[in-house]
Amino acid sequence: MVETLQDLYLGFSVALSPSVLLYAFVGCVIGTLVGMLPGVGPLAGISLLLPATFGLNATTAIVLLAGIYYGAMYGGSTTSILMRIPGEAASVMTCIDGYAMTRKGRAGPALAIAAVGSYIAGTVSIVGLMFLAPLLASFALRFGPPEYFALLILGLLVLAYMSGGSMPKALAMAALWLLLGMIGIDTMTGFFRFHYGLVELGDGIGVVPVAVGLFGLSEILLTAGQATPPAVMKPRLRELLPSRQEWRESAWPIGRGTVLGFLIGIIPGSAHIISSFVSYAVERRLSRHPERFGQGAVEGVAGPESANNSATSGAFVPMLALGVPSGPIPAVMLAAMMVHGISPGPLLIKQQPELFWGFIASMYVGNVVLLILNLPLVGLFVNLLRIPYPLLYPAILVFCVLGVYAVNGSVVDVWIMAATGALGYLLRKFEFETAPIVLGLVLAPMLEMSLRQSLAMSNGDYAIFINRPIAAVMLLVGLALLLLSLRPLLTGRLDWRRRLGGQAQPTLAEEKRP
Amino acid sequence: MLVLFSLGVMWETRVLPLGSLHNPGPGYMPMLLAIVLAGMGLLVALGGGSSPPLASLEWAEGKHALAILGGCAFAALALERLGYRLTVIILLVFLLWLVERKRPGVVAAWALGLAFGSFFLFANLLKVPLPRGPLGF
Repeated sequence: MVETLQDLYLGFSVALSPSVLLYAFVGCVIGTLVGMLPGVGPLAGISLLLPATFGLNATTAIVLLAGIYYGAMYGGSTTSILMRIPGEAASVMTCIDGYAMTRKGRAGPALAIAAVGSYIAGTVSIVGLMFLAPLLASFALRFGPPEYFALLILGLLVLAYMSGGSMPKALAMAALWLLLGMIGIDTMTGFFRFHYGLVELGDGIGVVPVAVGLFGLSEILLTAGQATPPAVMKPRLRELLPSRQEWRESAWPIGRGTVLGFLIGIIPGSAHIISSFVSYAVERRLSRHPERFGQGAVEGVAGPESANNSATSGAFVPMLALGVPSGPIPAVMLAAMMVHGISPGPLLIKQQPELFWGFIASMYVGNVVLLILNLPLVGLFVNLLRIPYPLLYPAILVFCVLGVYAVNGSVVDVWIMAATGALGYLLRKFEFETAPIVLGLVLAPMLEMSLRQSLAMSNGDYAIFINRPIAAVMLLVGLALLLLSLRPLLTGRLDWRRRLGGQAQPTLAEEKRP
Repeated sequence: MLVLFSLGVMWETRVLPLGSLHNPGPGYMPMLLAIVLAGMGLLVALGGGSSPPLASLEWAEGKHALAILGGCAFAALALERLGYRLTVIILLVFLLWLVERKRPGVVAAWALGLAFGSFFLFANLLKVPLPRGPLGF
């Protein structure tokens, strides 16, 4: 405990240095904008800003990118509440009751509850990250290639199980992108696989063009031809204060959302999205008046908003402690750390304490900045939404092209972005889950390497995955999940998401239709 | 589609050494994943009855989507030939004037402002290397 506090003191001495503080602030502002703008989202936002961090040192770069991530979680709630447009996917559930509150003239309290809930959840979950990541890291020192292989397989299966849509579709997507992750030079033998004469593919397909194409460009393709959004409401500062009853009704949903979000965040998957769905379902189930949900229940805003912020910190636990991303956003963050010469994993906390604890402390600071940004300045940010989308999307497209090109200075990446954008557009039309795609691409080389190293260790004996207890347990859990997810196929029952939510997951495009 | 793609991958993998089950070569993992993909593709096809019919999908935004993708292709082709600023100006004029039918004044202001503004921000301030055309533009 004392050691942790000392480490945290070290972290604050890094986080409160002027340059880190400045970049945390800039990250939060950009994140808020990214979260509010339909068609960007935290994943594309982080990917686009990646080249701009090349000139920074590792700590400020990671602090900036993390600021964008949790800033987007805050910003996404504004458009959901005021316009019923989820700026990013995790805010879909906030649209339902948040917008209903706006129509009742309670937009201000909805925004305040969302911001305060996000602040509490963000701050409490960092405490969880602070204590859990070092523990997990010391446990992970026992991991060898077989354990990493089992962990990666488990991660992919959990992601497929937790994602929206059917398990076969999610697994097909993961397999497809694991396959595309095979492109490039095989590190064990030096074979150049599937290159078709393009030397740029030597290092494989980059995460950034794929992420921007799938999540940024495909969103533009889906949204650009739609009807223009409805008029924007601009709440005044004095209208922001919730009533005493609203505070009372929000207290437990914020607490439950914080715990749920953090726990779901640790599990592989698009944690911030899933956590908001689960939190909404839990709140409705626990409510004495479930019929109020959908009609402007403040619990329907407090729970999901707290959960998606808490999940953000939870998702950093496996990334920092194990070096294994738990979702597409941590996957891009991991790539960003590698660009700066940092290898996340069990040794990171010991070898680079300034980076780890500076990052943790910057999250505390960032949450305070975001609370200040998102309440008094909400009117200022809302002005951005007054720019008509036909003017806005060409600008977003320019930033997509610029960001993707700048990573490697290669037009091949722009082509990859265009191709994955078109593919993402079609996949979302056909209701395929796109979250496993980016993760599959990042995990592919790790998965192959750990399998081959494991077999080299055991002279080709596959029993190594059963003889080592940690690996065996993880593979057993993965098998159980696979069987569980196949059950609806055999029995014709609804899957857990539809039962929990009581309704199908609305797509972003559906939500955006006024 | 997924099954066809996986068959294509299996065909392409033939040039890579597969190795053996106990000592996988560079072609082993792609072959294994192609088999998994084919299996999942078959499962998706079998469950296709529960999905909405293809004809029920709306493609109202299709023309816009094609125009935007065309713009991306142009950007990929022109970026290193014409330079960043000229490419962005042409791309924005195409999208704003021809696709969105905005007034020429708005188009000019938006295109020039964004092309020069973003170049200044990224290339000059953030030192991100962006391509310049033959005239240094």
